[in-house]
Amino acid sequence: MNAELGQVALALALSLALVQAVLPIVGAARGNPAWMRIAPYAAVGQFFMVALAFACLVAAFVSSDFSVRYVASHSNLALPTHYKVTAVWGGHEGSLLLWVLMLSGWGVAVSLGSRSLPLTMTARVLGVMGLVSLGFLAFMIFTSNPFDRLLPAPLDGRDLNPLLQDPGMIFHPPLLYMGYVGFSVTFAFAIAALLGGRLDAAWARWSRPWAAVAWAFLTFGIGLGSWWAYYELGWGGWWFWDPVENASFMPWLTGTALLHSLAVSEKRGSFKSWTVMLAILTFALTLLGAFLVRSGVITSVHAFATDPERGVFLLAFLALSTGLSLALYAWRAPKVGMGGSFAPFSRESLLLSNNVLLVVAMLAVMLGTLYPLAMDALGLGKISVGPPYFERVFAPIMMPLLFLIGLGSQTRWKQDDPMTLLWKLRWLLLASLVIGGLWPFAVGHWSPLTSGSLMIAAWIGLTVLRDIVTRLQGNAGHRGLAARLGSLKPSYLGMQMAHTGIAVFLVAVAMVMSYEEERDVRLVPGESVEVSGYDFRFQGTSRVQGPNYSAERGVVEVSRDGRVFTTLYPEKRHHPGQEMPMTNAALDRGLFRDLYVSLGDPLGGGAWVVRVYYKPYMTWMWSGCLLMVFGGLLAAADRRYRLASTRRVAPAVGTTSTSPAGGR
Amino acid sequence: MKPRHKRLAFIAAALTGLVVAIALVLNAFQDNLVFFFTPSEVLAREAPLDRTFRIGGMVQEGSVRRDPKSIRVHFVVTDGVAHLPVFYDGILPDLFREGQGVVAQGTLAGDGIFRASTVLAKHDENYMPPEAAEAMMRARQNLSPEALVSDTGPAAGDYR
Repeated sequence: MNAELGQVALALALSLALVQAVLPIVGAARGNPAWMRIAPYAAVGQFFMVALAFACLVAAFVSSDFSVRYVASHSNLALPTHYKVTAVWGGHEGSLLLWVLMLSGWGVAVSLGSRSLPLTMTARVLGVMGLVSLGFLAFMIFTSNPFDRLLPAPLDGRDLNPLLQDPGMIFHPPLLYMGYVGFSVTFAFAIAALLGGRLDAAWARWSRPWAAVAWAFLTFGIGLGSWWAYYELGWGGWWFWDPVENASFMPWLTGTALLHSLAVSEKRGSFKSWTVMLAILTFALTLLGAFLVRSGVITSVHAFATDPERGVFLLAFLALSTGLSLALYAWRAPKVGMGGSFAPFSRESLLLSNNVLLVVAMLAVMLGTLYPLAMDALGLGKISVGPPYFERVFAPIMMPLLFLIGLGSQTRWKQDDPMTLLWKLRWLLLASLVIGGLWPFAVGHWSPLTSGSLMIAAWIGLTVLRDIVTRLQGNAGHRGLAARLGSLKPSYLGMQMAHTGIAVFLVAVAMVMSYEEERDVRLVPGESVEVSGYDFRFQGTSRVQGPNYSAERGVVEVSRDGRVFTTLYPEKRHHPGQEMPMTNAALDRGLFRDLYVSLGDPLGGGAWVVRVYYKPYMTWMWSGCLLMVFGGLLAAADRRYRLASTRRVAPAVGTTSTSPAGGR
Repeated sequence: MKPRHKRLAFIAAALTGLVVAIALVLNAFQDNLVFFFTPSEVLAREAPLDRTFRIGGMVQEGSVRRDPKSIRVHFVVTDGVAHLPVFYDGILPDLFREGQGVVAQGTLAGDGIFRASTVLAKHDENYMPPEAAEAMMRARQNLSPEALVSDTGPAAGDYR
């Protein structure tokens, strides 16, 4: 029953998406306000229908209705209830429904948040979002229906992949999808602006908070995925340059470029066509990501079952939406122009370099990800591109970019003098060189790449501090430090927080790549192994019983200088529904190092292959990600964006600045 | 400098940077391409001796042997026709087992034994690595139907 209700809800959502896609855009073209006003209602209606379908699927999972094929293949009776709920997005069909739910949720957020925007603008933005929804809903209903029946119903379902039975899984996909789908909002704003021929500072200001929120979610989703891979997959690594990781990283790179380019468009009126291009590109890359993951063209943890039909649909959707957007761009963008002029050394030119470097980085990732696929598709042989390629390419592209972070926020708009600026920052440069030069000695041997990365991290941190201190001194009118801090704008603080996050993250990358130690050893009970000054004594294994699995649990005592300070319990789990055993690593986390133990295979006689890792500064990596996420959210929360958009409703608010040149 | 010259210099600098970046990327790309060979091709000496490459196929039934004194594992990868012996020092992925598809990356030594540096993890028991499926298929195409080894396991895409 529930499944049929869900089915009907999806069909209604599809028709509402069609209404939302057609009427407002046509209305905006013809100047018909009644048609335009339909947009928010259609968006809200569509959201409720998708939410109803989603609720039906959740209900089918919780009540273990195995007559629904999707439920039968992703859940079983023994699965704990909270994992039954998260199993809803544990496979292709359900995760697609979650994707559409988020997309329609963003639609509601846009219609609520844009009530004060010009009617034509709102109508066009929501119309474009309706088109995107239409594509995904059609994809789901026609190729991947989560409500397909399986008759006769099996008595019990297959299990949820044990890898997905983890708290990280509860949040990783929804956050990632929030980010992915969020960029369809900036895309919709860009297309709406092209349709209306109105690309101005106001357009950039409307887009900015959406871009920042989407970026924050995407960052959070990628970070959480990395964290999950680190402790759950038993690999101990945090980034593998796996095609699917790359699929989420490419829109992150262009999304980051978009954030910065939007800032220039808003403050200086420059780069507008470029900004629109980035918005289209980022959206196209999110579709490419969906294609890579869902068509089965790649071998990966994330890849769903192979189904050529899905791949063809997504590829057609990608080609159609990108093609139409670019055609529209070619037709309308030249009228918009590049905007205000600037000198070769100015904040604009530094931000332009930022954009170029980010796009080059994205292209390098894309080459490594798509080239093997293209070769395979053309029948030219099977090849793969390993992490060494990405590592070798990435460092030289990222180093100048990261150095510019420190320089960029210190540089004036329009024109600045590089020599004067460097002279002003000479003590910071010197301090960064000293800190980065000495820091490696605290952990291990000295190497130029490690030291260089740490210098840049210190440079970013110090320039952020200097900039904040300078601003606080400038605000002498306020009494007390708290009041002065409060006078700084959230968008400014958010930016500096995200930049600090990059610095903290960079420290972690430099440290872990230079000083991590990994040992796979054979240990009999009572035997021990020494890694980076820590002594790991294996005390054997015992059998334990979990809620829906049984496990061999190893006992490993960790000591340093003869003093035992913790005991780790890595597990090898076996889920009865599945053939595959699961490795659950045990970690001892610390501010400056993680210790990581996982069990390999039993060798007989109580001996096991044991994997022991020493990973310095991993906590910094996750902290850096969190700083970036909160930075993005803080920036989006700036009242300026809301004041500017409520201006027409409440003209009494006198402090609103509508001038595009709000910078220094 | 006149503004026009400045702009020209600016564009020239940007182009130079771009060319350097592209050269760098392509160079690294060239060095890090990992080619794929089937066991048949390896035994026919088509694979390079000095370069890392990938092999794929099935882990032959009854071929997995562990060295009791170390973490070394021996096994044989087959595409149904040729049998390639492999060494691996380390922890095998959870899904590694006899009769299942496998992909390994490593180098070939003069003694004809493949020394794997990575054995690729597949995280779904119903999932056949495309490379392994490809190896089986290529081997089949080179054989007359009668000579086919019958038990070659599930084909790619045999999901659900």
